[in-house]
Amino acid sequence: MSSTDTPTDSEEEAAVDHARNDLVARLTAHLGEGFIESHLVAGDDLCVRVSRDSWVGAAEFTKTGLGFGYFSFLSGIDWMPSPFGRDMDAQVDLQLDGSDDSPSADEGDTDHSTIDSGVAGGDTRFQVFARLNDVVNGLGITFKVDIPDNDLSVPSWVGVYPGANWHERECWEMYGIEFTGHPGLRHLYLPGEFEGNPLRKDYPLLARRMKPWPGIVDVEQMPDDDAPTADPAEAGDNNGGEE
Amino acid sequence: MTAISDREKLSYIAAQAADARLNLELETEGMTLNLGPQHPATHGTLRIIAKLDGEQVISAEPVMGYMHRGYEKLAEVRTYPQVTALVNRIDWVGSFANEVPFILAAEKLMEVEAPPRAQWIRTTLFEMSRVANISLFLGDMALQLGATTPAFFAFRDREHVLNQIEAVTGGRFHPNFDRIGGLKDDLPAGWITETKRAMRKMRQFCEEMEQLVLGNEIFAARSRGIGVIPADIGLSYGLSGANIRSSGVDWDSRRDNPCGLVHSELDWKVWTHPDGDSFARFWVRLQEVRESTKMIDQLLDGLPSGPIMAKVPRIIKVPAGEAYVETENPLGVMGYYVISKGDLVPYRVKIRSASFSNISITPWLLQGVYVPDIITILASLYFILGDIDR
Amino acid sequence: MIDATLLFGELAYWQQTSLRVVGGLTAVLLIAGTLVYVHLFKLVSFMQSRLGPMEAGPFGSLQLLAEVGKFLQKEDIFPRKADKFVFAAAPFVVLMSTFLLVVVVPGGPDAWFIDSDIGVYLAMAVSSISVIGILMAGWGSASKYSLLGGLRATGQLIAYELPLILAVVGVVIQAGTMNMQLIVYAQADGAIFGWGGIGNPYILTQGVGFLLFMIAMQAELTQTPFDMPIAESELVTGYMTEYSGMRFLLFFIGEFATAGVFSAIAAVLFLGGWYIPGIDPDDNIMNVLGPIVMLTKIVGLTFLVFWFRFTFPRFREDQLQKLAWKVLIPLALANIMVTGILKVAF
Repeated sequence: MSSTDTPTDSEEEAAVDHARNDLVARLTAHLGEGFIESHLVAGDDLCVRVSRDSWVGAAEFTKTGLGFGYFSFLSGIDWMPSPFGRDMDAQVDLQLDGSDDSPSADEGDTDHSTIDSGVAGGDTRFQVFARLNDVVNGLGITFKVDIPDNDLSVPSWVGVYPGANWHERECWEMYGIEFTGHPGLRHLYLPGEFEGNPLRKDYPLLARRMKPWPGIVDVEQMPDDDAPTADPAEAGDNNGGEE
Repeated sequence: MTAISDREKLSYIAAQAADARLNLELETEGMTLNLGPQHPATHGTLRIIAKLDGEQVISAEPVMGYMHRGYEKLAEVRTYPQVTALVNRIDWVGSFANEVPFILAAEKLMEVEAPPRAQWIRTTLFEMSRVANISLFLGDMALQLGATTPAFFAFRDREHVLNQIEAVTGGRFHPNFDRIGGLKDDLPAGWITETKRAMRKMRQFCEEMEQLVLGNEIFAARSRGIGVIPADIGLSYGLSGANIRSSGVDWDSRRDNPCGLVHSELDWKVWTHPDGDSFARFWVRLQEVRESTKMIDQLLDGLPSGPIMAKVPRIIKVPAGEAYVETENPLGVMGYYVISKGDLVPYRVKIRSASFSNISITPWLLQGVYVPDIITILASLYFILGDIDR
Repeated sequence: MIDATLLFGELAYWQQTSLRVVGGLTAVLLIAGTLVYVHLFKLVSFMQSRLGPMEAGPFGSLQLLAEVGKFLQKEDIFPRKADKFVFAAAPFVVLMSTFLLVVVVPGGPDAWFIDSDIGVYLAMAVSSISVIGILMAGWGSASKYSLLGGLRATGQLIAYELPLILAVVGVVIQAGTMNMQLIVYAQADGAIFGWGGIGNPYILTQGVGFLLFMIAMQAELTQTPFDMPIAESELVTGYMTEYSGMRFLLFFIGEFATAGVFSAIAAVLFLGGWYIPGIDPDDNIMNVLGPIVMLTKIVGLTFLVFWFRFTFPRFREDQLQKLAWKVLIPLALANIMVTGILKVAF
């Protein structure tokens, strides 16, 4: 977002902040203990983590009480770092990993042993997240819920948003998360007898198992300057790998 | 643009009810008809299992996945520029538009902003992909209803737009032109004049379609009152784009949520229609194409000068965080939820594709309609298989 | 000039019959071929801003021969569950109705196949046979698409036969005869308010009938906007889906042949048939010019048919039936009434 007009922007930001802060307040009031954590980026976005028991209640309140009638999507996240590594084990990548080119070398988490959840926290390996929109005011909310490892299930949203039907089917087949109360959990994309849950991190991407990653090709040492107009950043922008 | 009369609505419902009663009295046995995966009507490999009673549909269930390429899994092992190339192929008809929300999400995480010239050109190409995509729809819906000629006009006139896209990006269908921080290249000489000429031709094409198709009584009889979607049901199913605007909902992400594109600096209008039937969906899309051509003219007039690319490192490592950006793509609202852990590759990319949600309404919508209306409704909802199956 | 009639009359009956058969086949196939080239290949291409076939022969004129060759060498596929006899016989039944139809069309004062006093009646009766052929194709293919197409076709064709026949009745009343040749003479010898310059083509007085006939003809040929039975975007090709190779070619040729023959009948009934103003209808030269004139009129009328085919979207089945029963038939009945009254009054 451009910040050329600071007074209007901060006014606007404050105004939008208001709207989102108001949402957080009302959700906290309604859900009480079900409301675990929230992450608000002023003027931009809002992410709320709720408990599994109040998953459906949060949806209902958001739809009827807060006016968020639009169902955008629902899917899952697997926070376990992939046991296969990043599948990018070519020499050149290990070089790049340790290089000083990246400005965020110290922010990036290259330790692949712990489960590190994103914004609005999280305690478990699996999370289900969904996005709702308010078309009148142009706001959006992302809801997240933790799924305990020993009981991979969460109540279904189909009663509140019928559009969740297919999204939950996809999440079920890709992650193996049960949606209790769903009218018919069956495969959406995958053929009927498919075994396994492809989007889990421990499900291998066979293409990479069979043929190792050749590395980012064509990274040559450029002559002196990195002037963007003369030389747009070309790292890996040619499709060097297989699709 | 007159709304369908209540009498017409009632007469269609009465006809369906009479048929249903007759089927019940005759104790006919239902028949299961399998439309697709190879079928002239479905834009690709979509399969619809329809249980029919005579010519009425009892239930219709789409079966998809014939084109599932596993984008979200693939994105986890590709660098950001490679994901950009991959993502072109989701909606392959208006493909520049697929790259834009992903690039914007990555830019949000990197806290990098593309220079103004890049933003304006990005918006221009975004709108051009809309023109290319929806003009295909205009010809195609007429084709599904039986008129073979408008489809040829659509293909003929789309060529102008595709030639312009090719002139600047090098690819007609898969431009792969967007980069984090800007664009790959600047515009070639003479492109602005040529594009304005192409837009004039597209406006002529829109007028032709309006007279040839919208003004045709048979087309109106086949599409008015067919597949009416009430606004609240459409919203709860996740319908977006022209589908929901033709049910009267005034929502356009370009106006309400512009991040990164410059639609707020243009003078344009959001088109809605109160009816929510197939005719309305065609009508709204036609107006939108015309509006887009005017927007492109404004964009080309006001193009600022300057660099095309912000200062980004050669090897792009996106800092940790989560970002969600959605834009008003030709097919609907497309969004990318990018979760990054500060690596060369994204940790998780959730692709919210428009057609997936658009088609999720079909089991509800297709109950009780006649077989020809299945085709009309599917054609008017307009999906691209790559967008559904990802 | 050689008096062909006298020569013809001296042949034995079996020789006459074989000449008639050959002549009939030639007539039908020649018309069909011309129509396919002019309309299907070129007209529609130009309408859709493309060129059409250009390779086979000059300007693609031999494309039909190439297509025939292609179809002939294809594999003859039988669906496993198809009823063999019904499946095989269906194209022939449809074609048979076309060939029987061309028999009543006169090409000149002496160039006719049969000179029957119930020519019109015979034509209308025989044209209904194609419905059975289509139903056989739909049923015998053992495919749901074909069945749907066949059933739709049956409903549609039966519904649209009525306006067809009723439109023709008006002409019969005005001409006072059902003999096709005499109808041509009636138009040739007639006069418009006393001026006999172009005779009295019945399109002027029977304009409504002509309109009804053309619309009903479009529906009888299952051309868009009445092509629900084929409905390419739903039923692939409807009742023709399972046919390939030679059998499909028979349907294909049948479609265009029927278009040509129906247009020939329309030309005879409404446009004056083989008569052109300026030449005496009894002149012997008309035996040669007559067929050429007929061909021109046929191409002209089929131009209308195919023009509408490639412009309009298609009707839904119930809208189609509504049009036939609620609009066309009352109009046709009114036309007959008015014609009868005027005939008696004047």
